[in-house]
Amino acid sequence: MRNYKLRAGAMFDAANYIFLSLVALLCLLPLVQIVAISLSSSAAAEANLVKLWPVDFNWTAYDYAAHKPEFIRSLGISVIRIILGVGMSMFITILVAFPLSKESNRFRTRTLYVWLFVFVMLFHGGLIPTYMIIKMVGLTNTIWALVVPEAVAVFNIVLLLNFYRAVPKELEEAGFIDGAGYWKSLWVIYVPLSMPAIATLILFSAVGHWNAWFDGMIYLKKVDQYPLSTYLRTVVLASNVDLSSTTDAKLIAELSSRTLKAAQIFLGALPILLVYPFLQRFFVKGIVLGSVKE
Amino acid sequence: MGAPRKRSHSLWKGKSRVNPKPIIPTLPLHLMVWPGLLLILVFNYGPILGLVMAFQKFYPARGFLGSEWIGWTNFEYVFKLPDFKRALWNTLYIAVLKLVGHQVVSISIALLINEAAKVIFRRAVQTLIYLPHFLSWVILSGILIDILSPSTGIVNDVITFFGFEPIFFLADNRWFPSVIILSDIWKDFGFGTIVYFAAILSINPALYEAASIDGATRWQKVRHVTLPGMLPIVVLLATLSLGKVLNAGFDQIFNLYSPITYRSGDIIDTLVYRVGLEQAQFSVAAAVGLFKSAISFIMICASYVLAYRYANYRIF
Repeated sequence: MRNYKLRAGAMFDAANYIFLSLVALLCLLPLVQIVAISLSSSAAAEANLVKLWPVDFNWTAYDYAAHKPEFIRSLGISVIRIILGVGMSMFITILVAFPLSKESNRFRTRTLYVWLFVFVMLFHGGLIPTYMIIKMVGLTNTIWALVVPEAVAVFNIVLLLNFYRAVPKELEEAGFIDGAGYWKSLWVIYVPLSMPAIATLILFSAVGHWNAWFDGMIYLKKVDQYPLSTYLRTVVLASNVDLSSTTDAKLIAELSSRTLKAAQIFLGALPILLVYPFLQRFFVKGIVLGSVKE
Repeated sequence: MGAPRKRSHSLWKGKSRVNPKPIIPTLPLHLMVWPGLLLILVFNYGPILGLVMAFQKFYPARGFLGSEWIGWTNFEYVFKLPDFKRALWNTLYIAVLKLVGHQVVSISIALLINEAAKVIFRRAVQTLIYLPHFLSWVILSGILIDILSPSTGIVNDVITFFGFEPIFFLADNRWFPSVIILSDIWKDFGFGTIVYFAAILSINPALYEAASIDGATRWQKVRHVTLPGMLPIVVLLATLSLGKVLNAGFDQIFNLYSPITYRSGDIIDTLVYRVGLEQAQFSVAAAVGLFKSAISFIMICASYVLAYRYANYRIF
């Protein structure tokens, strides 16, 4: 009986390892296939010979993408967007989280401010009124439409606020006795001590800006203003050929090959893959950061 | 330089003789809030006020104040619209199946990872399974469109290998919702798994030792120690997901659907986009949006109240 149980346990273990390996591979293989296609010759890709390993290995698709003006331009716009967007969003987050981390008896208006910010998470005006406001403010067709409306990230403010609260109050009180005010206390005590949290938020905010595509699509009129994700969407949709049967032949003739699309998709994913080890490390910490409260 | 110093001293609130504890002036705290506050007033509260357009015959040129008020007419029109009923139904069932699927898959995989003893293996699996979480739906739909293609996709290669007809996954209303639900679970189950696995790891190991001494089998330990141990976080996440019942995943569906699959895949958010920004029926779309916002608001508030009452969870 005992022997039988042991054997059943070992069999379960083996099955479990195999199953989990398959699950993990399932998350990786689609990406592997895209890379394989992008590195294959277009003839092999069109003839559907590529599975998980490149056929007729070559860099042509990447070479072409790297010299494609639309691709390079949108990449540049994405970089500018990240610098402006992350910079602005982090500045606001660092500033707003500080007063809201104070106790209500020290800072009376805090409760009102907190509600004003939290309500934004609960109720949304929705797509159409937001679009109208951004249009009325005059941000459409400028890069600011992608940066300014999203600058206040309430969830990030809540995360940082909880981090500020973990800083010992005695440090700030010592600062006050030495003649510092709140402004100095924030930049000299709280910000340096919260660097791990701030670094995490910078990374996540940058990933968010890199991935965002919808705002570019609706607020920018010209394709040459598009950031990379929005531009990639036009590429991806163009690869939708087997869905619109009527114009198939024409589309296929006009479009670049499957390998070029694959190469651009992979290049769009590449920065995320490069920062992934950091994302992953901070991610687990971030969960802790968001969940531990007094 | 003597005078300003004296003045700064007088900025300290309270009568210093009565209350010797100095209070630092809070003006800088207000100044820190105001830039962010200004932005949310314009870009978040502005649109909320702008929702009045749902009760107007709105023309952008006339603005919110100059457009004609028509009461509930837009809503009456919307509720009679067959597209709206279809989108509402699609939204609800896609969102609910996604939420349930996420929970079931995440919990199962977390339990299985916990059963695998090798630490390196555990870590490798965790690393791989939430890779798709960080990629945008633009990238992922590019990949999905390629691998699901009836002519060149690897999935249909496997299907035809076993002698079946290729399936038009993204152009067939019978398959489209399943593709949406499964690919969404595929993208994000890693996130839930990490959360649940962290919950399992925080279970007191002494409980497992006690169970072993009492002769509990592996399954019994899972059943009587691990599952009850992770129950609070399961309940919490399930409760918080109540607020998402009208979020069926705009980014995903918008990049994968086509007029052929509107019947099975059109959701409220995509309907708002098409009616509002493509057909320029701004007021009608805003009415649909307001309907969604109002229901979501009620659900989110309810979920927070429940989470606070039963799991002692609060955002602050």
